Amino acid sequence: MSEHPLLELIDVRRRYGSGDAEVFALAGASLTIAEGEFVAVMGPSGSGKSTCLNVLGGLDRPTSGNYWFRDVDVGALDRDQLARFRRHYLGFVFQGYNLLARTTALENVELPLVYRGVGRRERRAMARQALADVGLANRESHTPAEMSGGQQQRAAIARAIVTNPSLLLADEPTGNLDSVRKDEIMQLLVALNRDRGITIVMVTHEPEMAAFASREVHFRDGLVEHDHRRAA
Amino acid sequence: MIIGSTLVMAVREVRRNTMRSILTGLGIVIGVAAVILMVTLGDAASRKVTADITKLGTNLLIVSPGSERRGPVAVTAPALTISDATAIGREVTAVGQVAPTTNKSALVVFGNLNHNTTVTGSTNAYFAVRSHPVARGREFSDAELQGGASVCVIGDTIRRELFRHQDPVGATLRIERVACTIIGVLTAKGSGTFGGDQDDLIVMPLATVQRRLLGSTDLSAIFVSAVDDASTTRAKTQIEGLLRQRRRIQAQQADDFSVQDMKEITKTLGTVTGVLTGLLAAIAAVSLLVGGIGIMNIMLVSVTERTREIGIRLSIGALGSEVLFQFLVEAVVLSTLGGVIGLVLGLLGSYAACSAFHMPFAVVPWVVVLAVVFSVAVGVAFGYFPARRAAALDPIEALRHE
Repeated sequence: MSEHPLLELIDVRRRYGSGDAEVFALAGASLTIAEGEFVAVMGPSGSGKSTCLNVLGGLDRPTSGNYWFRDVDVGALDRDQLARFRRHYLGFVFQGYNLLARTTALENVELPLVYRGVGRRERRAMARQALADVGLANRESHTPAEMSGGQQQRAAIARAIVTNPSLLLADEPTGNLDSVRKDEIMQLLVALNRDRGITIVMVTHEPEMAAFASREVHFRDGLVEHDHRRAA
Repeated sequence: MIIGSTLVMAVREVRRNTMRSILTGLGIVIGVAAVILMVTLGDAASRKVTADITKLGTNLLIVSPGSERRGPVAVTAPALTISDATAIGREVTAVGQVAPTTNKSALVVFGNLNHNTTVTGSTNAYFAVRSHPVARGREFSDAELQGGASVCVIGDTIRRELFRHQDPVGATLRIERVACTIIGVLTAKGSGTFGGDQDDLIVMPLATVQRRLLGSTDLSAIFVSAVDDASTTRAKTQIEGLLRQRRRIQAQQADDFSVQDMKEITKTLGTVTGVLTGLLAAIAAVSLLVGGIGIMNIMLVSVTERTREIGIRLSIGALGSEVLFQFLVEAVVLSTLGGVIGLVLGLLGSYAACSAFHMPFAVVPWVVVLAVVFSVAVGVAFGYFPARRAAALDPIEALRHE
């Protein structure tokens, strides 16, 4: 595993509200993630793990502190620059799948490529490949309503990896699935991390899922409480 | 983002909610159709007026006694006489033919049928100046004109009313107490601009009407044709100068006669129909505005409904401007679609109305272009606000939205 840092959070704070209602979701958290790691972020609700994921995903900006992604100071980017950052380096997988309704799996997977300005034919070929990679080659023309939860999450993963992102962010990706599907999705993430070298940060509250990762980071009260790597 | 894929997405979105899209676009459909209908009908009406006046002869000038201004006090101006007509013919270079006329309404009897009509006394020049030639029979001979013979040329309506299928040429009519031989029948012209029947008349030699029907040598009008269409204004000026001199009108005094130019009348009528058309079109345009508000309303609802979708797009890396563009294109697709449907309906409606009113149908190109441009503009104007709202959404909030 490469020891090159992919990203670094340094003393990051994220404040919500002000005055008496002031709350720090992140209270000076620091975290370094190397290229190729598979990190499980855990912690009770309100511990700051979701906020951490939003900051990593460029959806939320730190109130203070720095977020370095390679040599980019992400915390200093404006709205449009953040969008471009997400477009080029990130992939998202959500608990609720978040596929576009009434839109086929293939079109859903094509969507990030549309925003990258990839031509139609190439886009289609790449989307087909990504769907095949997650085992949905025969579900291209199905809409989310016609797919099971596990299939929808696979399609969502295909959408996240079709752009070959540097970092895949997963927010409780197995939260809505039964145990067999949970296992399948985790195997898929492990394979993507192992075979394609995609760095993965996954928020979960289930220790069984965290066990698939190579490193566990526990949050409490907006700070990193434990951080330990599993022996390979 | 590629414009093509945005357009494809927008069309798909519009088709996804077919019923809603139809209802939303209906405002624009009605607005555009109404504007097209008003302008096309107005244009057709003014075309018809122009055509009708052209039928009268565009190089026609009408000289009549009395001022054009009508006040509460009627000022009796001296009548025009045959010597005025002769002077115009002799001295005004821009004049082609001169037809002195006098009119009297009279009861005409043939056998046991009778008809009320207007009897016009004039010369053969009348037929040429009014563009109303004799279809059957002949014009007056010099002897008939000079001697005030009891002969007449009848309009087609008189023929139809009194003679039905018989040939009237050679028959004898009674006009009031005067027996009169028919020597010709005029061509049928149909109804005029103002609904009057142009064929309901009898023409007799001027001297005959003056002596035997009126007992006066006054003229009611002098019809003059300019040498060509281009010289009507010159002819008018010259006639005015001549008559002012003959009637001894001082420099600062107003004319006590009028010279009407058919071209001017055409222009005036054109202005009137133009103003009316503009007014009606403006009222119709208000419904375009209402249609635009309808689109804005639906787009706002749509943004709220699709908040989650917007969140997904933003998280995937869509720029705010791309989301804005997407919603704007949707609004424009809706309004343009409405505009095109309205255009077709408006043109079909105009065509039907034109045939119903016997008016010449013609597409007015500028209003077609304007309607399409306007419907696109309505989409942009009323789609912008909802689109901006979509673009400004916070991705985290949008993703949480149920």
